[in-house]
Amino acid sequence: MSGTPLLSLAVWVPILAGLVVLATGSDRNAPLARALSLIGAVAGLLVTIPLYTGFDLHTPAMQFVELKPWIPRFNVNYHLGVDGISMLFVILNSFITVTVVLAGWQVIDSKVAQYHAGFLIMSGLLNGIFSALDGVLFYVFFEASLIPLYLIIGIWGGPNRVYAAFKFFLFTLFGSLLFLIALLYLFISSGGSFSILDWHRMPIGMTAQTWLFLAFLVAFAVKVPMWPVHTWLPDAHVEAPTGGSIVLAAIALKLGAYGFLRFSLPIAPDASHELAGFVMALSLIAIIYIGFVALVQEDMKKLVAYSSIAHMGFVTLGFFIFSPLGVEGALVQMISHGFVSGAMFFSIGVMYDRAHSRLIADYGGVVNTMPKFAAFFMLFAMANAGLPATSGFVGEFMVILAAVEHNFWVAFAAASTMIVGAAYTLWMYKRVVFGSVANHHVAELRDINGREFLIFVLFAIGALGMGLYPQPFTEVMHSSVDELLRHVALSKIQ
Amino acid sequence: MTLAEMQFQVPDLRLASAEIFMLLMACLILVGDLLAKDQNRTLTFVATQLTLIGAAVITFASSSGDTAYTFSNMFVGDLMADLLKLLLYLTVIVILFYSRGYILERPQMARGEYYSLALFATLGMMVMISASHLVTIYIGLELLSLSLYAMVAMNRDSVPATEAAMKYFVLGALASGLLLYGMSMIYGATGTLEIPAIAERLYLGQFDKGILVFGLVFVVAGLAFKLGVVPFHMWIPDVYHGAPTAVTLFIATAPKLAAFAMVMRLLVNGLIVVSHDWQQMLIILSVLSMAIGNVAAIAQTNLKRMLAYSAISHMGFMLLGIVTGVVGGDARFALNAYSSAMFYVITYVLTSAGTFGMILLLARGGLESDELDDFRGLNKRSPWFAGVMMMMMFSMAGIPFFVGFFAKFSVLQAVVAAGQLWLAIVAVAFSLVGCFYYLRVVKIMYFDQPANMSPIEAPLDMKILMSANGLAVALLGIFPQVLMSLCAFSLLRSL
Repeated sequence: MSGTPLLSLAVWVPILAGLVVLATGSDRNAPLARALSLIGAVAGLLVTIPLYTGFDLHTPAMQFVELKPWIPRFNVNYHLGVDGISMLFVILNSFITVTVVLAGWQVIDSKVAQYHAGFLIMSGLLNGIFSALDGVLFYVFFEASLIPLYLIIGIWGGPNRVYAAFKFFLFTLFGSLLFLIALLYLFISSGGSFSILDWHRMPIGMTAQTWLFLAFLVAFAVKVPMWPVHTWLPDAHVEAPTGGSIVLAAIALKLGAYGFLRFSLPIAPDASHELAGFVMALSLIAIIYIGFVALVQEDMKKLVAYSSIAHMGFVTLGFFIFSPLGVEGALVQMISHGFVSGAMFFSIGVMYDRAHSRLIADYGGVVNTMPKFAAFFMLFAMANAGLPATSGFVGEFMVILAAVEHNFWVAFAAASTMIVGAAYTLWMYKRVVFGSVANHHVAELRDINGREFLIFVLFAIGALGMGLYPQPFTEVMHSSVDELLRHVALSKIQ
Repeated sequence: MTLAEMQFQVPDLRLASAEIFMLLMACLILVGDLLAKDQNRTLTFVATQLTLIGAAVITFASSSGDTAYTFSNMFVGDLMADLLKLLLYLTVIVILFYSRGYILERPQMARGEYYSLALFATLGMMVMISASHLVTIYIGLELLSLSLYAMVAMNRDSVPATEAAMKYFVLGALASGLLLYGMSMIYGATGTLEIPAIAERLYLGQFDKGILVFGLVFVVAGLAFKLGVVPFHMWIPDVYHGAPTAVTLFIATAPKLAAFAMVMRLLVNGLIVVSHDWQQMLIILSVLSMAIGNVAAIAQTNLKRMLAYSAISHMGFMLLGIVTGVVGGDARFALNAYSSAMFYVITYVLTSAGTFGMILLLARGGLESDELDDFRGLNKRSPWFAGVMMMMMFSMAGIPFFVGFFAKFSVLQAVVAAGQLWLAIVAVAFSLVGCFYYLRVVKIMYFDQPANMSPIEAPLDMKILMSANGLAVALLGIFPQVLMSLCAFSLLRSL
């Protein structure tokens, strides 16, 4: 297998499949478009499996590396590779793509080919982001992935979709343009290299590190999103179609956090230590304040969107504790959140498809008409609240443990969210699912069909599997995380 | 001195063979067209295209890659000139294909003059590109400008077009005057009109600095007018908007290549020693252009007008590459910076041709389709051409994987290399502003419902060329290396 360019396959199989789907054209060929996109998504997932099975646990180095010159004029290379940090996200993304294709199977009935092609192309681009080891290649994938999501929100979204699509695009672009200047600065000061690994090794003075860190912070904080630049996310989630919300929550939010690990920490370690308190403060605000904001939401999607921001606060908090437990906990939290928030948005999508409302007040007593759905929704609500034995618990618990070692009061503040998180999730669940049947819309609800059942099972395997036995996920991270922290502990100032 | 004693040298005509061929053919086509009975002027069209192809063959075959002068150092042939000329022919060929259908639907325009004027304008641009003498530059510029004035006024029953032509002519004449005045000052300061000689005198310090800088201000103002950068941009929106779209397409594309060459010849080849002075001026023009161009474009409802403001901002961005060539007297990064600017111009011309071509593609039955609303729901009417237009818009906005991103990338890279981080930050900030109105076009095409569902009627050749144009924007965005290194190599051999 060593000769197979697995990462290139992971990137280009979905993109090519997307172009093929696009070529099926009008909605007359919708069944063909759906079938082809499912084939493409599954093929995209299959090619990522060897990344896990062939992964060497004992080296922190990049694996499955591909290196070819791309633009020699600027020494830009087509340089792909994954380590323990990024590998799982490639697989997670390919997995989510399959669920998204299934989730849009019946619901989307206009411009079917464009819809599925958008997701497949985005899937390839996102894989590119997680496996790029060249600054320009990373940036190109990072920005290009905005286009499909912009179109998906704008074409298939809700009533206020235009506003949400523009806000999403311009907010993210605002962050990434400063990031581009940071990349160019690194290119010039490294004497003409765009290799991220070269930048990791390069000594940089404190002032430059601080500016670089801030430029990275703007780019990634918008993407995570961290308080106070989170406002685009609830809008984007509320307006996006179900598939868009799933990808946004499960994968797109991870890009920012991943960027911290790939760029901020190793390239500007001294500035990271210096400004860790600042980032931790922002994270705690996200965890606590946004948690309370989630509590008062009337729209289910908005509630889950705010809960995503709070959960991502745990991730950034975990990173800036600089302990193995913290970073690994944060990574586990990221993957877990991929399953759980994806499933939450899918659950809301299932209800929305039937009753065409996302407002909590329009529901009540759903368990009476949709018992199977209620059971799955229960599981994911519990996982979202961080109940032990679900994946949501593992990551949060690891981060809180790491925080206790770091500072008791930080840990105390973060742990308080367990209560808030349980409160807003379970209260929503109670109002939507329990009680007597609220109105004739709820009375007319039909329980989930086989396709929806399959998607729920896929998500449940992820959420429960990770909660009960997190070892397969954490063991691949160890060497890379240890190496990263060893690297971050060393000063780059000379 | 008797007549026998006069030295008479036959100039080396080979260097200018493409220009001579173009001139002969343009005159022939002009005269031949008088005899044409065919209302559609098919023969004129074919002859024009063949002339351009012939010129391309001549330029390609006679290109030696070396820098050589002829006509008493008034005319230069070098690799930069050859590359720009080849791109110029290609651009004009594409423009004529795009314009053909539009012109046929307007009988008052469907005379052969459009084609012969296009050839004369092309000849003017070729002379500008190869000029190594202030007078040659001026002759080329005037040949181009006069042809364009006439082309703008060609739709003679149209009031906006006549008004645009008048405005263009008056302001253009003023700018030519400024340029000439500045050139005369440079002559006064250095005692020569030959560009290489000017550079030499400046290098040796044999010039009057006060007069030179005085003249430089006028030269820069004249150049800025031709490039269309703030505060000499006033004509751009009106002319773009008022001119028949086929002519707007012409003005918005090919002359940018020639204007770039003019900037290179005058400022870089001739006045590099005083680069500090003109760079300061151009930085101000550049920042103002990006600011006013991008902000004003947001308010437009007419696509041609919006693209006019976008052109202003793009030329401002391109100037960033010109102003970062020399840093504190150190010309190490010059090649990097100027080739980035060249790459920027070429990709802009490519994208701009596609965008205006799309307006022509949608125009039917003698009506214009240049309002933003005409693009409403285009994705429902023709997913393919909506996709092509979307690629153009994202390319102009500088989003990868489209070529516009690498254009912005290479210019920004030059700016950062020159240590002017603040300039790079200003540039990306205004790019973000600019992104809004490009996104709005995408929104109109994809998110809105179409006003009518009429299919797109355009000749097949245009549809194919339009698709190729779109694919070029995408493919050059994925593989920009060839064009980038071509720009760098041609400048390396020419500077």
